[in-house]
Amino acid sequence: MTKALTQQQALQEYLLRLADSNLIISQRLCELCGKAPAVEEEMALMNVALDLVGQARNWYEYAADLDEAKRDADTLAFRRDAHDYRNLLLTEQPNGDYAETMARQFYFDVWHYFTLLSLIDAPDERIAGIAAKALKEVTYHLRRSSAWVKRLGDGTEESHQRMEVAVESLWRFTGELITPDQVELDLAAKGLAPNPEQLAADWKGMVKEVLTEATLSLQDDDAWMHLGSKKGIHTEHLGLILAEMQFLQRAYPDAKTW
Amino acid sequence: MYAQLVETGSKRVKTLEEMSPEERTFQEKVDAEIKIEPKNWMPDAYRKTLVRQISQHAHSEVVGMLPEGNWVTRAPTLKRKLQLMAKIQDEAGHGLYLYSAMETLGASRDEEIEKLHQGKAKYSSIFNYPTLNWSDMGAVGWLVDGAAIVNQVVLQRTSYGPYSRAMVRICKEESFHQRQGYQILLDMMREGTEEQKAMVQDSINRLWWPALMMFGPSDEDSPNSQQSMAWKIKRKSNDELRQMFIDQTVPQLEFLGCTAPDPDLKWNEETGHYDFGEIDWSEFYEVLKGNGPCNRERIATRKKAIDEGTWVRQAAKAYADKKQQKQRDAA
Repeated sequence: MTKALTQQQALQEYLLRLADSNLIISQRLCELCGKAPAVEEEMALMNVALDLVGQARNWYEYAADLDEAKRDADTLAFRRDAHDYRNLLLTEQPNGDYAETMARQFYFDVWHYFTLLSLIDAPDERIAGIAAKALKEVTYHLRRSSAWVKRLGDGTEESHQRMEVAVESLWRFTGELITPDQVELDLAAKGLAPNPEQLAADWKGMVKEVLTEATLSLQDDDAWMHLGSKKGIHTEHLGLILAEMQFLQRAYPDAKTW
Repeated sequence: MYAQLVETGSKRVKTLEEMSPEERTFQEKVDAEIKIEPKNWMPDAYRKTLVRQISQHAHSEVVGMLPEGNWVTRAPTLKRKLQLMAKIQDEAGHGLYLYSAMETLGASRDEEIEKLHQGKAKYSSIFNYPTLNWSDMGAVGWLVDGAAIVNQVVLQRTSYGPYSRAMVRICKEESFHQRQGYQILLDMMREGTEEQKAMVQDSINRLWWPALMMFGPSDEDSPNSQQSMAWKIKRKSNDELRQMFIDQTVPQLEFLGCTAPDPDLKWNEETGHYDFGEIDWSEFYEVLKGNGPCNRERIATRKKAIDEGTWVRQAAKAYADKKQQKQRDAA
């Protein structure tokens, strides 16, 4: 039985979840640099990724201020190993083809949008402030990824097939987005995390709406879902992502500045 | 300089007397520093040369994302990661902006990109060199963007309106990238470990000569320059630009506490410029021919991205067509 977290620890844990999810999905988008299907997409992908790393930094800085070990934002990002990372499993899934990249982004953006929409009213000025700024950016992310899901879903026969495969294969990682653990339940009771029922209803509602408009199959609400990131149990992908992302900090631990 | 050895298709510059009335009006406009706009009459060779030059420049922006993409996933801190991502995003924007400027000349983006993938179109030789350590992200910003700025600042006065305006906008962003790049190196040299300082010197050792090659062959081996100068597509010679770059860069190099891999580099009191050693032109021409360390990889990556994206672009078009049809049906 794990010891109950203090409120400060619980808040830090939640901030790290937000930060880690942002950073890891951005890392995946960075992998696409120079490899996107059009120059317009190069720009848009980097733009979205840039927003998300910026938001991650804000959340890490708050998490660092709450850190008992006095780690700074960069130490939190570049020196924690996979079992300490709290990003959603969805965010670490590989880019695959553009249908998978966009399906992953869409599922994430819907969750992100409604999460932030709730956090702008949090009784914690710093959280509300970061969320308000992030919400403007994520509103655009969601508009963009929804548009791509529709475009690919209702584009050509090939794109439709690919999108069907993508929304189905990533579905198993979406349960986590709307399955709260005790940390989130406790914080939600204080308004510091979204109300879980509301978040689940909003997420499901918007996903259904967009998939329908995209002429894609609705996915099974009772499908088996992979959970684990909230306890630090990830897919095999995360270790490799961190090996690359943290390379310099790990290889040159004595470097104080970069 | 993101365009090198741009073919003009002419051996010799015509005199005003030899020109047709249209050509003469055009040349007089150019001579009077009046910008040529897309709808104005222009000699066919001027148009073709500009398409080559602007497309080379656009391709360079896009191919140039690859050596940076090699490190954006390994940037050492959140701040450096954000800076590099912002730089890459700017470059994609420059690419788009330049392709649009090129399209005002009646050229097709898809066709020009196809030429790139077939090895028929060039891009700056510099991007065929690998980025082998983190400080290359600093050195690329400082030296490569620095060299590009020296050329592009002059190109802000180029005769073709859309290209000139693109340069004005691009120069602002490039200057910002250059300062950031230099700061990466300066921070490592001032506060870094011995290993980090060695990294910086290693980057400079590898990128110094390729950066100087960015200005293209020396003037005596630059057969197309005269025509480009007459058209004011080019405003200063390769050697003049190279000298400007060296003169402004060496003091910055010294301020870093680093050295250039050139034993002949020294201040010349008489000329008021730095003297420097002979560039290895055989290396330059080999890289242009496709034999640089990364030529094949760069083109293969770009071609793969566009080829594998075909179904995505087709879907986007099909969807847009469907939407339009629906709107028409509703009307």
